[in-house]
Amino acid sequence: MKGIITVLGKDHVGIIGTVCTHLSRNSINILDISQTIVGGYLNMMMIVDLSAAKKEFTILSDELVKLGEDMNVIVKMQHEDIFNSMHRV
Amino acid sequence: MITRNEVLETNQMIEESNLDVRTITMGINLMDCADADIDKFNEKVYQKITTCAKDLVKVGDELAKQFGIPVVHKRISVTPIAIAAAGCQTDSYVSIAHTLDKAAKAVGVNFIGGFSALVQKGCTKSDEILINSIPQSLKETDVVCSSVNIGTSRNGLNMDAVKKMGEIILQTAELTKEQDCLGCAKLVVFCNAVEDNPFMAGAFHGVGEKDCVINVGVSGPGVVKKALEEVRDADFETLCETIKKTAFKITRVGQLIAQEAAKRLNVPFGIIDLSLAPTPLIGDSIAEIFQEMGLQEAGAPGTTAALAILNDNVKKGGVMASSYVGGLSGAFIPVSEDHGMIVAAEKGALTLEKLEAMTCVCSVGLDMIAIPGDTSATTISGIIADEAAIGMINNKTTAVRLIPVIGKKVGEKVEFGGLLGYAPIMPVNAYSCERFIKRCGRIPAPIHSFKN
Repeated sequence: MKGIITVLGKDHVGIIGTVCTHLSRNSINILDISQTIVGGYLNMMMIVDLSAAKKEFTILSDELVKLGEDMNVIVKMQHEDIFNSMHRV
Repeated sequence: MITRNEVLETNQMIEESNLDVRTITMGINLMDCADADIDKFNEKVYQKITTCAKDLVKVGDELAKQFGIPVVHKRISVTPIAIAAAGCQTDSYVSIAHTLDKAAKAVGVNFIGGFSALVQKGCTKSDEILINSIPQSLKETDVVCSSVNIGTSRNGLNMDAVKKMGEIILQTAELTKEQDCLGCAKLVVFCNAVEDNPFMAGAFHGVGEKDCVINVGVSGPGVVKKALEEVRDADFETLCETIKKTAFKITRVGQLIAQEAAKRLNVPFGIIDLSLAPTPLIGDSIAEIFQEMGLQEAGAPGTTAALAILNDNVKKGGVMASSYVGGLSGAFIPVSEDHGMIVAAEKGALTLEKLEAMTCVCSVGLDMIAIPGDTSATTISGIIADEAAIGMINNKTTAVRLIPVIGKKVGEKVEFGGLLGYAPIMPVNAYSCERFIKRCGRIPAPIHSFKN
């Protein structure tokens, strides 16, 4: 199963590092990562592989939200199918 | 590979334009609960509902988290009680309404529909008991919704039932006047009711359905409005194309959620209902779509045409996106639930007569309209008859959900709270239709019903 992680918020040191460390601790592999910073605001998107993940999707999703709150950014993880259904015929 | 723009577009729809899965509604057949003893019937009904729907709320919440889209309501529809309870030896179905209320609360859903009767051609004894039980049931329960189908294009209109429903609506208003006549917000009178509608208050589980089924309603007036902002003042082809593409995308999300919900609950998937259902939130309004299309206010000349465009293109986009589009699919025009409609009604731009014209091309009918509490039962019946005639002749579903607000007059307001919103009391034509309504019997089926 693949997930899409988005991170939005004011840029500061350690955001990507913190998210990636959490993913690595839970055996989640990063397949693609891209980011832009406009006017000091970070907009990052990751595609991750959750097939070997140690926890359930909903638990990981809650943990990432919490991680984001601690860093004052919005972190969201969604199952890739919502994007596939909407944008692929 | 999914692109950044696609992710951004989807999440903007959800976060900024209020795209949501409005409801996952589980349809449950209650025919197998039949019993001559009403206490035993109630017990079986409670058991069946709480067994079938025990995981409904949990699964809805899980899906919301996993796909990152709000699943606003989890609801239940049941076999019309007038059919399911027909074998009970009793003269009141109020206890059944209590059972439905209790079962719905036990599984955590916020509405249960199906306290209903289908009387398009005539009433059975059970239909009469049900209809007579409506006012008391809606007074004494919180989450039970009721509907009565009084006509079809195939059968004509049951005018005895139309007359009766005018009286029942007034009685319901009177009994719930302490709560601003809220009971009437949970009661809808249909012509051509559909059997797989997931939206309240008119949802019931049709007799041609499977034992248990999942129907999903998706919404998103805000998404359509946002998309139309991008093509402001473009020609009608572009306008239609934009609505169609947006409806397609919204329906695809609904299809995904419906299939996942059906899989996880181990219940067959029924239909997707793509209905642009507004909420009182700013940016979640059908009237704002009209304004974006170029009307100063909802109700201005051109509104019926604008609604026809909207309704038709929502359907066209929807049917491309799912093989099983059903329910009511189109655009709802409830007054109290739509911020822009409320403003238009307050300004006098939107009248009951214009709303009636709009219902010729919307997906349902006169919805959540507050009228003066001293409106007579026969006038309410007259409004129902007009609306039903539109449905019967045009082969479409029409409905009436009027709230006669006891003790209030034109110009005053009524506040229902939450998703039901608030509404100004709208004026009703003061001329009488009493002699017309008091004629007994049926209006015969229209000529185009003879299709065999």
